[in-house]
Amino acid sequence: MDFSLTPDQQNIRDTILKHCQQFSPEYWLQHDHDGVFPQEFFRSMVEGGWLGMAMPSEYGGSGLGITEAAVMMQAVAESGAGMSGASSIHIPVFSVQPVVLFGNEQQKKRILPRVVGGEDRVCFAVTEPNAGLNTTEIKTRAEKREGGYLVNGEKIWISTAQVSNKMLLLARTTPLEQVKKKTEGLSLFYTDLDRAKVEVRLIHKMGRHAVDSNMLFINDLFVPEEDRIGEEGQGFKILLHGLNPERVLVAAEAIGIGRAAIFRAARYARERIVFGRPIGMNQGIQHPLAKCWAQLEAANLMVMKAATLFDKGQECGVEANTGKYLAGEFAFEACHTAMLTLGGMGYAQEYHIERLLREVLIPRTAPVSPHMILNFLAEKVLELPKSY
Amino acid sequence: MKVLVSVKRVVDYNVRIQVKSDGSGVVTDGVKFSMNPFDEIAMEEAVRLREKGKVTEIVAVTIGGAKNEETLRSALAFGADRAIHIKEEGEVQPLTAAKAFAAVLKKEGAQLFLCGKQAIDDDANQTGQMVASLLDIAQATFASKVEVDGSKAQITREIDAGLETLEVDLPAVVSVDLRLNEPRYLKLPDIMKAKKKPIETIGLGDVGVAVEAGTKTVKVAPPPARAKGVMVKTVDELVSALKAKGLV
Ligand SMILES: Cc1cc2nc3c(=O)[nH]c(=O)nc-3n(C[C@H](O)[C@H](O)[C@H](O)COP(=O)(O)OP(=O)(O)OC[C@H]3O[C@@H](n4cnc5c(N)ncnc54)[C@H](O)[C@@H]3O)c2cc1C
Repeated sequence: MDFSLTPDQQNIRDTILKHCQQFSPEYWLQHDHDGVFPQEFFRSMVEGGWLGMAMPSEYGGSGLGITEAAVMMQAVAESGAGMSGASSIHIPVFSVQPVVLFGNEQQKKRILPRVVGGEDRVCFAVTEPNAGLNTTEIKTRAEKREGGYLVNGEKIWISTAQVSNKMLLLARTTPLEQVKKKTEGLSLFYTDLDRAKVEVRLIHKMGRHAVDSNMLFINDLFVPEEDRIGEEGQGFKILLHGLNPERVLVAAEAIGIGRAAIFRAARYARERIVFGRPIGMNQGIQHPLAKCWAQLEAANLMVMKAATLFDKGQECGVEANTGKYLAGEFAFEACHTAMLTLGGMGYAQEYHIERLLREVLIPRTAPVSPHMILNFLAEKVLELPKSY
Repeated sequence: MKVLVSVKRVVDYNVRIQVKSDGSGVVTDGVKFSMNPFDEIAMEEAVRLREKGKVTEIVAVTIGGAKNEETLRSALAFGADRAIHIKEEGEVQPLTAAKAFAAVLKKEGAQLFLCGKQAIDDDANQTGQMVASLLDIAQATFASKVEVDGSKAQITREIDAGLETLEVDLPAVVSVDLRLNEPRYLKLPDIMKAKKKPIETIGLGDVGVAVEAGTKTVKVAPPPARAKGVMVKTVDELVSALKAKGLV
């Protein structure tokens, strides 16, 4: 049992924290304010080769694992970049893994180097308004045509679609009535986001304004055969491979945000003098911050355990879900506690805590809600009857 | 031309330094270490000289314990071709370090020794100068610009009166100042490549140097806490308060 980062992992963490110092909290506040994608940050991560961290070296990557990716994403979030920074690179760093694992040689050569090099920008289109967390019931249809498929349907919450020219798309290729299992008959595509056929409409949301999320209305989009990743009908299975590592990454990001918030708050509490002493001298201020720190570090151990198991090729569903749940809840508490520590100033944008609080609600609820995680743990660990 | 760059592992400049309660030194347990920032500038300069075609090989050298390997890996990620680790777990004072670097410099036949003007841990600002003396070669300290031309180098230094430009014959020692350059941010592919570059590990004895302690640290104390200020209402009150303290 070894609970510490390896020297290489520590080096990644330190290097990223340093790299991110180029982008001040004011940079992120400005982008949150203007709703403009952080292109400068994105480019800097492309140029540093960081997008290819978990990509095989044959395609321009560095072939590292999910643990290293989690360490990097956490450091990005922790630097003050929060979800604005993490989400801007999440898809190239992680979400194109289905292409790595299930794409054919030709697809990998065609797709991956352009993603690592930042030439192609990708969004990940799975969630639908009429299916929610029940992914197997998505309504988007890909109907077989000569040489490919004709796609029609709606997607929701699709992040970075405003700045993407490609999309990973999940659609039903065999109608639900014709499959034996609901998980069959879905297929995954990596294809052009052709704006003549796909209307992209921005969703006005609570935070992370720099990284857009959107409704997609897909109307008679032709997707060539060679854009299908993996076998027809196997799309859901392919996505399942990514569920646990995605939970790990999002959880690591949440913890990064929580740390950023409480260390900011602790600094403020050391310096702010009221009633003739630093407010941080009061246990009513100290204890909640200390408790949040303890909770975050405990959650982080679970997250890193899940990451380590995943990289060893072992089952990690329980750990990844537990880590994501704890990270989401504790990081939210950390940001809220940080806000209360600053008093009225916690509510002012220039202190950066309210932005972190608005952003930390994303990893708390997405990509899977705390409810669904508790459903999973109740069923898988406690062997209680499935509730839905 | 070959360049030797010395890199020291020091407590990271972002760390809030704490003094041990017995006054024997500063707390280093659980504290983040990184490459001395001035040495990063020296590394960066070496790499830029190579990019300009003035330098063909960059060798990084460090003295210290096993953990110093991390510092060398950073130097290799910056662009050093290979590294030398002079392993010594105990305290190494500037003269010992200078003797070791001088021996390595001679053995390697490097034309330029680039080092930080000082290390931010002890701020001794001695090592580079002593290397030059020991080898009886030219030195230019606190460089804010370095130009290499054949067998000579032109070094600009920031001095009180302005800028001073020196010309030195090579081989020479150049210690670098803050404004020489802005070190690059490390790239992941370079960090990966650095793992495969060679590090030669030797002892001080291998370069014919014994650990010497010319000075002894008697006591380390934190700076005195800032005394509580007094609020004054008028400029007159301020002036008389300063006069009373004999400050004006
Ligand atoms: C900022 C943001 C960015 C996103 N980016 C993307 C993206 O790029 N691509 C993408 O495909 N998706 C994205 N999503 C979608 C996200 O991954 C979630 O899947 C999605 O928000 C959940 O669907 P829903 O909102 O329809 O929730 P619903 O399924 O409608 O659930 C609503 C609520 O009911 C609860 N609930 C439902 N069923 C049960 C049950 N059986 N037991 C207990 N509780 C239950 C849920 O926990 C939840 O609280 C994003 C979401 C957000 C907020």
